[in-house]
Amino acid sequence: MDIEIKLSVTTLDVQHCIDWVMSPECGGIDVFIGTVRNATKGKAVLRLAFEAYEKMAIKELEKIAQQALDKWPVQKILIHHRTGVLQVGEIPVIIAVATAHRDAAFDACRYIIDTLKQTVPIWKKEIFEDGEVWVAAHP
Amino acid sequence: MKVNILAFGITKDIFGGPALSVDLNNDATVSNLKYLLEGQYPQLKKLSTYMVAINNEYALDGDTVHERDEIAIIPPVSGG
Repeated sequence: MDIEIKLSVTTLDVQHCIDWVMSPECGGIDVFIGTVRNATKGKAVLRLAFEAYEKMAIKELEKIAQQALDKWPVQKILIHHRTGVLQVGEIPVIIAVATAHRDAAFDACRYIIDTLKQTVPIWKKEIFEDGEVWVAAHP
Repeated sequence: MKVNILAFGITKDIFGGPALSVDLNNDATVSNLKYLLEGQYPQLKKLSTYMVAINNEYALDGDTVHERDEIAIIPPVSGG
């Protein structure tokens, strides 16, 4: 199998992700690691809470991975995403892509994270000192 | 017919829970469902946008809703 997709309630393992996509035909691995930032628009964020519509999220992630395989000469794609509460500095998402040559790895990795943010039914809530907000819910 | 609706993210707050049940005509479309929900929960109209998913796929306004479908309201996503 050339695609590994997982939603996880526990800490994501960066080394596992790299090891999983590593393959002898590949000359490069591109890894995107999303991390929880301590502020949004100048306001301190204490933590994030992620929620997923799991069945549909997996299905949409599979579609994105398949599209990347169709668009670029990619050997292996891994997408892991967290759910639950994450503290500043923790990792909500890891995308790893292995290809023979680097251009495809950069392009595919960027396509996957950009599309994930647009279509995959996962939501994050920013929790502040004085309240909380579902990101992007309102104009 | 009675259909069950799953809610996530902010729509869970709007509906006051992770699921609700609504009464629709047998030949109802996604558009009919949205109209009904927006009547009962006007806060839906304040969202940037929202989609309806039927059986884990994004649905169009003209798609028909069936009694046993898994229906979900998908507010603006914000993963990653």
